Amino acid sequence: MLLALALSGYSFLFGAVALFRRDSLSAVITETARRAGIASFVAVLIASAILVTAAFQNNFSIAYIYHHSNIDLPIPYKFATLWSGQEGSLLFWSLLLSGYGFVLRLRHKTDERLFAHASVIIAAVQVFFLLLLTFAARPFATTPGELPLDGAGLNPLLQYPEMVIHPPMLYLGYVGFTVPFAFALGALIMKYPGDKWIHITRRWTMVTWGLLSCGIALGAHWAYYVLGWGGYWGWDPVEVASLLPWLTGTAFLHSVMMQEKRGMLKTWNVWLIFVTFGLCIFGTFLTRSGVVNSVHAFAQSSIGTWFVIFLAIIAATCIFFYVYNRSHLRTEHHLESLVSRESSFLFNNVLFLLICFVALWGTLFPVLSEWLQGHKITVGPPFFNSVTVPFALLLLLLTAVGPLLAWRKTSLGSLKRNFLWPTVGAIAVGILLIATPPSWGSVFGMRPWTDVAYFYSLIAAMLAALVIFTVAAEFLRGGRVISGHTGRGLVSSMMLLGHRNTRRYGGYVVHIGMALIFIGVLGTPLNRTAEKEMGFGDKIDIGPYSLVSRSFTQDETPNYSSSIAILDVYRGGKLITTLYPESRFFTATQQPQHVPSVYSPLREDLYVVFEGQNQDTGRPIIKAHLNPLVSWLWIGVLVMLFGTVLALFPNAPVPVRAVAAAPVTAGFHAPTAPVGAD
Amino acid sequence: MSRLNRFRIVGSLLLGVLLLMGASDNSSRTDRLGHQMMCMCSCSQILMECNHVGCTYSDTMRNELTAGVDAGKSDSEVLAMFVEKYGTTVLAAPTHSGFDRVAWLLPYIALIVGLGGVAFVVRAWHKRRVPATVAATSGLSTADLSRLREQARKETDL
Repeated sequence: MLLALALSGYSFLFGAVALFRRDSLSAVITETARRAGIASFVAVLIASAILVTAAFQNNFSIAYIYHHSNIDLPIPYKFATLWSGQEGSLLFWSLLLSGYGFVLRLRHKTDERLFAHASVIIAAVQVFFLLLLTFAARPFATTPGELPLDGAGLNPLLQYPEMVIHPPMLYLGYVGFTVPFAFALGALIMKYPGDKWIHITRRWTMVTWGLLSCGIALGAHWAYYVLGWGGYWGWDPVEVASLLPWLTGTAFLHSVMMQEKRGMLKTWNVWLIFVTFGLCIFGTFLTRSGVVNSVHAFAQSSIGTWFVIFLAIIAATCIFFYVYNRSHLRTEHHLESLVSRESSFLFNNVLFLLICFVALWGTLFPVLSEWLQGHKITVGPPFFNSVTVPFALLLLLLTAVGPLLAWRKTSLGSLKRNFLWPTVGAIAVGILLIATPPSWGSVFGMRPWTDVAYFYSLIAAMLAALVIFTVAAEFLRGGRVISGHTGRGLVSSMMLLGHRNTRRYGGYVVHIGMALIFIGVLGTPLNRTAEKEMGFGDKIDIGPYSLVSRSFTQDETPNYSSSIAILDVYRGGKLITTLYPESRFFTATQQPQHVPSVYSPLREDLYVVFEGQNQDTGRPIIKAHLNPLVSWLWIGVLVMLFGTVLALFPNAPVPVRAVAAAPVTAGFHAPTAPVGAD
Repeated sequence: MSRLNRFRIVGSLLLGVLLLMGASDNSSRTDRLGHQMMCMCSCSQILMECNHVGCTYSDTMRNELTAGVDAGKSDSEVLAMFVEKYGTTVLAAPTHSGFDRVAWLLPYIALIVGLGGVAFVVRAWHKRRVPATVAATSGLSTADLSRLREQARKETDL
């Protein structure tokens, strides 16, 4: 760890000195700083490998291994020990950061000076984390007193396959935002000419954004399938902490297009990246300082002060270089119309930031309230849901409208042409949801006038349909044009269309994914639950399903003992599946844990939990949830990730057509919503 | 059957239906109020959603809630009863009075300021815009034309 700190320190200090020197030595020093940065990755990798090996060897002389592992812990979870606690996860953060730095430093030939700046900034962040690991949160601290025979074990909530994937994904996302931050700050410091750094940054941001999205989705999936309360998002501060940089990162991915296309919003973009990185660090501070109450926060510790100081340094650095070099960020164009792609991006950015602000405001309000009034209050899901839902619906509306607006100005004719049929389709969906009988499914026969939550659900369904229809119309329109030119079939033309401009059409696929996620969420107000103590042959009726208790069984593993209920599920008198909700009791931690069993057709989830046993009768208590449309949420996430990957692919070459220079009779006007336009 | 008996039967049926409706109302009120409160076992979960095995709070709190609703207390009386017993943190959201109101108002003020600000900026920029100049082909150099083509390519991806 000390070696890694020394190497990172060298990479930072000497790299920075070299950037300010203008003599022949500077190139040599820059190269040694780059190599020191690469070597620091190797050092951190070795440190992480040692910690994981210690977990496999049950080396309980290391306090961290003692607290987060035990002899009978299954192998995959021993590997996950690395990120299961405060010190290990900080080491993991450091490993990922040095990994990103390693890749960046290997690719330095792309633009040596810009990459040298970015490398120094990454080294500076790395120095902070290594200082933390060396002095405040030491992963290799020894266990005091006599050597324990077995470890305290891993938290049962973390013993789930997603826990092996979810934190790394989340951390890859969190840490990954250091790279665009380093490029943005580096470009600002050196007054980097042109927008090449934006191209480099955008790609890194997209990868990072995809990983963070994946991490958040896996977290929601884990909450749904492990915590057993029937939900996937509870607005816990730790969840909010992961959402904040995702929101600002998404805003950046949109607004950066304005800088690329029109040379606008340069200051805005730089600050979006600064804020995104700041929120990643702030989120880590929230999770680890104990300043707010959270279900899955790490133990309270003194490292919060370290993060506050680091955040202050980041803010001071960003403000200083912005004030010093702000003339470099002058805009090249101004907005020309309210009905244009540019203004839709602006509104979309404001909404993303507003949702981010609301989430942050709600999370910190208890602290503010305690400070001002002397007593703490709770700001839970009812507040977040009622405030963020209208904002999110506005955003969904922009998701449908924005991509079909032309750059600079959109004519009324173009608006009509692009939106008439999708709007008719969305209204038809609304009428269908109200007019159909409830027997068709939980979301049919909606009565939006009875409850504001149902009203929001209906609007969300219509807007999600609008997004899907507008994107489909856009694919069809472009596909038809290509089909007319090339004689290919429509489907093949649409695929070619997507391949010719992967970024644009990948983005559209992401939008469809978001619409599907909204469909998954809109069923929440229609959730139902039923609970019953069940003997053999007893029945629970919930919605169209009947759950009949067939049997109960018990199981014993070295890690835990479990009780399992065997329940037959009937629909319309026909047996459709059997569910096995389970209750586990972990030996090492002496903690119980529910493992729900879920039947997931597209229409709704039948989610069954083994709640416990009645102490008097010994009979199990079964709780059943009927959660409409949840599967659409997971499908939406997959579609969104597919769209992100698609957007990262290089474009297929477009055949070059010879265009004669037409006489220019009036100032240049971009066509409205051209095929292939972004 | 005498007219009186028929009235009695219809009356009993109506009373039964009303009682059942009342029961259903109480149960939905309990559920709604239970979703406005937190479980105090420090699980940070909504009272009606707390599912910790062996949780020492949720069952007691739910029973207290059902008793309060069945006793005919109004929503605010039930909530006040819980605040008195468990403190202000039992409420899952800030109230609509005093300083708590700021929590609700600020997001909407921010929304109005944000969206209004963007609309204002767009209008201001629109007014400041330099009108498009009409230029004859002869007035443009080859360099100008290629610059314009490059701009068109960049802005439209064509």
